[in-house]
Amino acid sequence: MTAASFSPRLLAGPPLRAGAESLPEHLSRHGPLPSATLRREMIPVLEASGLLGRGGAGFPVGRKWRSVAERSRGGAVVLVNGAEGEPGSAKDRALMASRPHLVLDGAEVAAEAVGGDEIVVYVGSAHRAAIASLRRAMAEQAAFAPVPVRLVEAPPGYVSGEETAAVHFIDAGDARPTSSPPRPYERGIRGLPTLVQNAESLAHVALIARRGDEWYRAAGRGAARGTALVTVSGPVERAGVGEIELGTTVGEVLTATGARRGEVRGVLLGGFFGAWADIDTAWDLALDPLALRERGLTFGAGVVSILDATDCGVRATARIMAYMAGESVAQCGPCVFGLRSLADASRRIALCAAERDDLARIERWTEMIRGRGACAHPTGAVGLLASALRAFGDEFALHQRERRCSARARAVEVA
Amino acid sequence: MALELRVDRIRCDGAGLCAELLPEVVSLDDWGYPIVRAGSVPERLVDHARRAVEACPVLALRLDAARTMAVVPNRRG
Repeated sequence: MTAASFSPRLLAGPPLRAGAESLPEHLSRHGPLPSATLRREMIPVLEASGLLGRGGAGFPVGRKWRSVAERSRGGAVVLVNGAEGEPGSAKDRALMASRPHLVLDGAEVAAEAVGGDEIVVYVGSAHRAAIASLRRAMAEQAAFAPVPVRLVEAPPGYVSGEETAAVHFIDAGDARPTSSPPRPYERGIRGLPTLVQNAESLAHVALIARRGDEWYRAAGRGAARGTALVTVSGPVERAGVGEIELGTTVGEVLTATGARRGEVRGVLLGGFFGAWADIDTAWDLALDPLALRERGLTFGAGVVSILDATDCGVRATARIMAYMAGESVAQCGPCVFGLRSLADASRRIALCAAERDDLARIERWTEMIRGRGACAHPTGAVGLLASALRAFGDEFALHQRERRCSARARAVEVA
Repeated sequence: MALELRVDRIRCDGAGLCAELLPEVVSLDDWGYPIVRAGSVPERLVDHARRAVEACPVLALRLDAARTMAVVPNRRG
């Protein structure tokens, strides 16, 4: 996937398929990081850059670093989050596999800026190319790293990358979230304030440290600033990971992958914690994290999943709800029982076998469950379902009331 | 001082005593887990709230000073 007419930043240089960039190649393209003094003064630069986190929540990176730095008198830890358990996303593993030194540079700048004394690189155990690439890059950088760096393989699972789950796994081998507060920025790995930062966010930091906040802000359309990695999936010719200027429209991204508007029913934006939008709403939408949030949508982790026009939004949503219920780590009642109930009711509706109250129930349960987990898993899942009710409301109603699926009817006509 | 009732969702196993002792503030969802009304506990109910906290068999309930939400609403960095 290549979006039109701008210069990529993270993905500049050799193509992704060329594999891991070595330290000499990395240095010849980007030059060294600035002096330690400048690295320690990065927080205001990041605040001025407007860089938002790329793990899903889009929180301002500079502000997060400041909240850790304010607490790091007794030490602090930087946790590079490359768990990437989001099924629609592949951008972090692609980045870690091909540009490991950008990620490590960003982590080192973070350690110096927040007063960290260790870096833990937390990478999904299934992402073998990323793990091999990072291990080699860590060995290449070992002599220069300001603090010790270790790699921990994250166990499979949607929830493993949640920040308290990551801390819990690294400290105690248990990748289930813990109750918060305290949040990791207050008390994380080894009890120390811990900066949990997504791998892509840190790669942007590596470039901002060299070139400054104004350089970062020079890219982007409209009010959106900077570039971002996206993962496009669906039945298109050029699906995969690409880099876009933030503010690029969904329609432009889809066109770049070879999708045609008439063949797309809708898109899932952000990931499984994200939101559906029907194609007429989505096509001209700018992929701008702040603008999307204002519309009740999300840029999330840069996921753009295509729902083909021959597929059904209700069925696609039911599949996601089944997955999310299965990924509950079974700690909190509303998540365990609520998501299971929602998945079952969604499935009945999708199969045109709804019980009389199923649609009313899922509307009610969606509100009932929101905000009632130790982590965001149940809240993210019901947010996705609520967006499906908005985007495909007519289709849900058709399934419920008439036990019919318009996509299925069309498919039959075509056949 | 304004006090808020908080549920430790991981500890809570849905015994439901809190909703019996403090129905003005706590109701139960369809699976028997507590839904706590948003905001601080009204002054006149604080003693009842303390009793509910003490009655919870798994110590999942706390009465805390009302605190603003965590400053960093992030999930995966």
